[in-house]
This record gives sequence, C-alpha cells and structure tokens, in this order.
Amino acid sequence: MSQPSAISHQPSAEFAGHYCLEVRDLSAGYGAAPIIEGITFGIPPGQIVGVIGPNGAGKSTLFKAILGLIPRHRGQILLHEADALAQRAHLGYVPQLDATNRPFPVSVEDVVMMGRYRRIGWLRRPGAKDAAAVRAALEKVDLLPQASTRIRELSGGQQQRVLLARVLAQDPHLLLLDEPVSGVDATTQHAILAVLEALRDAGKTVVVATHDLNCVIDRFDQVLCLNRRLIAYGPPAEVFSEAVLQETYGSHFMVVRVGDRRIVVTDEHQHSHAHRTP
Amino acid sequence: MLELLLTPFELEFMQRALLGGILVGLACAIVGCYVVLRGLAFVGDALAHAAFPGVVIAYMFKGNIFLGALIFTLATALGIGFVSRRARTSYDTTIGILFAGAFALGVLLMSTIQGYTVDLFSFLFGNILGISTGDLWVVGILVVGILVTVGLCYKELLLLSFDPTVAAAMGYPVVLLDHLLMALIALTIVIGIQAVGIVLVVALLVTPSATGYLLAERFLPMMLWSALAAVLAILLGLYLSFYVNVASGAAIVVVSTLLFFLVLAVRRRDHAGSL
Repeated sequence: MSQPSAISHQPSAEFAGHYCLEVRDLSAGYGAAPIIEGITFGIPPGQIVGVIGPNGAGKSTLFKAILGLIPRHRGQILLHEADALAQRAHLGYVPQLDATNRPFPVSVEDVVMMGRYRRIGWLRRPGAKDAAAVRAALEKVDLLPQASTRIRELSGGQQQRVLLARVLAQDPHLLLLDEPVSGVDATTQHAILAVLEALRDAGKTVVVATHDLNCVIDRFDQVLCLNRRLIAYGPPAEVFSEAVLQETYGSHFMVVRVGDRRIVVTDEHQHSHAHRTP
Repeated sequence: MLELLLTPFELEFMQRALLGGILVGLACAIVGCYVVLRGLAFVGDALAHAAFPGVVIAYMFKGNIFLGALIFTLATALGIGFVSRRARTSYDTTIGILFAGAFALGVLLMSTIQGYTVDLFSFLFGNILGISTGDLWVVGILVVGILVTVGLCYKELLLLSFDPTVAAAMGYPVVLLDHLLMALIALTIVIGIQAVGIVLVVALLVTPSATGYLLAERFLPMMLWSALAAVLAILLGLYLSFYVNVASGAAIVVVSTLLFFLVLAVRRRDHAGSL
C-alpha cells in the first residue's frame, strides 16, 4: 500500500488548461499526526468529482483542510492558481447534515440568505437583489413554496436541499459537499445530483464526498480514491477497477457489467472479516 | 384603576427604577436570545457569580463597583476557554470550578469586612429601587451600545450561532465573533446585576428569551417578543414590589417565570422544538 496506483492523475506539464482547484502535497490533521498525507491533484473547471474512501479515510479532513478549517501540516491549496484561502467567496461548503441546529428559529429563506452574507458585507442589510438570488436558489432545489417554513419542520432531505440552496445563493466557483446524498431518499438524491450536474454544465467545479459508489460510477467525471493518501484519481472508467477499490477500501469489490452500465457490488465470498457496505 | 397604575410612578425613585429596569430588561432579553439558543445559561450564571469578588474588592477599596464586576466577569469568560483547553476538562466542569471558586472568594473577602455589609447584599439580590440618576446614565449608554452592536452585527451573529462551521468556511473570524458575543453577555450580566442581583440575573437572561422562543418562528420576532416579556415582567414586578412590599428583584423574576408558564400553557400546539 505504499505506491500510488499507476493511473493516478498527477498535475503535469502537458496539461494545457488551467486548474480550478489544485492541491499540492497536502498533509493535514487535527492534532500532531496527519490524517491525510501527500495529497496532490488538480481539477479543471466544469467537473463533478467524487471523493470516495472508507470511514476514517480523511474525506472530511480533506475538505476541511481545503477550506482552512483545520491547519495544514504542509502543502498548498490553489484556486485559479492563487491562494484559495484568499478567495473564500469562491469556496462553497455544504457540510454533513447534523440535527443539532434544528430548533433554531429561522426560516428556509433565512438560511439560504446566509449564503449571501459575504456579498452583502458587514453592516449592510440584504437588498432586493439578494432576495431575488435567494428565490432563484430555492427554485432550483424546488423549495420555493416552503420559503417561509421554519427549518426545524423540514425533513432531512428537505434540509439538505436548503443547505444546497444556500451555497447556490453564494454562487462560488468551487463547491465542496460532504455526503450530500447519504441518508436521503432516492427522489431527493436525483434532485440534488441534477442540480450538481447543472452547476457542472455552467462551468463550476463540484467535489462530492460520498459513500455511493454506483452513483459515482454513473454520473461523475472524475473520482478521487482516498485512504489517508491518494490511491487513485481519474475518470471512473479507469479508476473503478477491482484492484483500486480493494486498495482503497481494504475489502473486495466486483465491477459488474449490466447492459451498457457498470455496477459495483461487494464480493461476499472473498471477505475474510465482517461485511461492510460502502 | 388608573390611579393604582399611576401612583407608584409619581415617586422619583420608582420612575428611575422603571426606566433602569426597562433598559436592563431590553438588554437581557435581546442578548438572552443567544444565551438560550446556544445553551449558555450555565455559563451566564457562572459569569454572574464570578462578578461577586470583583464587587467586594471594589467595595473594599472604594473603587468603581461596576468596573470591578466587569473585570472579573470578563476574566472568567476568557478563563473558561483557557482552563478547559489546558486541563482537558469539559466546559461544564471548568465552568463549575470557576463559578464556585470565584463566588467563594467573594464571600471570603466579604467576611473580612468589619461592620456594615448590607450594601453588598444588594448586589446579590438586586436593588433596582436604589438606582441613582448617575447609574441610569451609565446603564443607558451601555444598553444602547449593546443594542447597536447586536443590530450592526445581526446577520453575522446569527450565522455564527446557527452554523459556526460554515461561518468559518465563509471566512468570518469566528473566534473573534465568539469573543464579541461573550463580551456582550458579560456586559449585559453586569448591568443586569443592578436590577435583580447576582443570584437571579441568569433568570432575566433566560426566562424572557425562552418566552420569546415559545412565541416566535424567526429570530428577530423572537427578540421582539422576548423584549416585550422582559418589559412586562419589570413593570408587573415593580407593581408587586410597591403594593405588596416584597423584594423588587425577586418579584420581577417570579413574574417573568409565571409569564413563561402562562405562555407555555396557552400557545398553539404546532410550535414544536426543543431548547
């Protein structure tokens, strides 16, 4: 487990275009010992990238390091070839949904408006343009009728869509979403992915940490396999080999062809320890 | 009937008490909304009790009592974070340690004072009826300062309280904003001590805002309802104190508590949620 996979996609001199996000030799963690090490990759604009890996692999750590929420031990993070943390207006973050702020007395509209705060600036109040941006964002996630509803009255899937609308209202170039479709129903999943694909088509860069391998293989442009270090990075067609998945997850997968689609399944027979569903 | 309502306020000290009480109540209600939503009631109580040694020391050296209280309160607010990090104890434990230790220090110092210490008791249980015109000016200016700060930083403090992670991701200086909020809470507590005293100020910080929470669906309305609940409690508490001849601070808090339970009993069922 010490050499990067042959198909890992390092930024190279031959790449003519510019990267939206470029990460160079990143090591980061919460304490003295880094959780992720030696992470290097580049993503051009207009891509949806999936970050996959087992629990504890460092997916959330990677996002937090990119956003400057935890200190970096080493490495650089560049957005449009300049320091990412100097361009926070263009970094959008949708963290994993947790229930702790459900009782807060805010409406859906109030939460989405938070995405506009930086644009509005200190000391100033939201204006008509901001209200319009909020409505447009709610329309994209199909929650406009619920604009005045208290956030605590929504279902988990609806709350997730509100957080997505908030980042749409912010309108950043790079969006980092930490497991946006885990624990939501299939309809909401499709809706959220449709929004992400529309963002990709508009030239944004969308990075999604997810457990859903079949979603990734189907709808994503690139995949980043993470298990404390970068195992592989490239298009799903290349990356989703059994060898790479084995190295990433430490358990055996099969990639099965069904018609013209590929499906990832865990291979029961080759498990030597307890079955774990990704 | 009108006579009954107006008679108490023909007296100057009652007028000052009402004005001072309303100012204090407004600050406590507005700032208390953050206390209630962020689970800071225990911290609030601790900061109030931590003011006591500052009060006693200022009293002993004839210094400015308000300043003495504020210094100890702010120091405790900073100390909670510092000690928790060093000792790796939970906030709950650290607050408990500093709370009791500081208050006991105050009692210890008070026991060394020979002679008249009834004045100090008024800091424990409030003395809004004794508020002077000079005090009123100080309280007035500070309350206006607190309300203006909350107003100017309204959306930032809202985001900080609702979603500190995303606030940090957006680039807000969350540590500084947190300190700002703690400073506002500390200042509000020190002002509130004038009205209801150290022991009861946490009630003024929590109960009207909790009442507002029952009545409101959004944050700003919650603040407005809380302010109304506080002012009502001050007014009725003062009437009670005047006509029934009971302690004013305690009367205000008892009324405030009854108001909370009244609202709880009559509000509509669909206000679900937890505090």
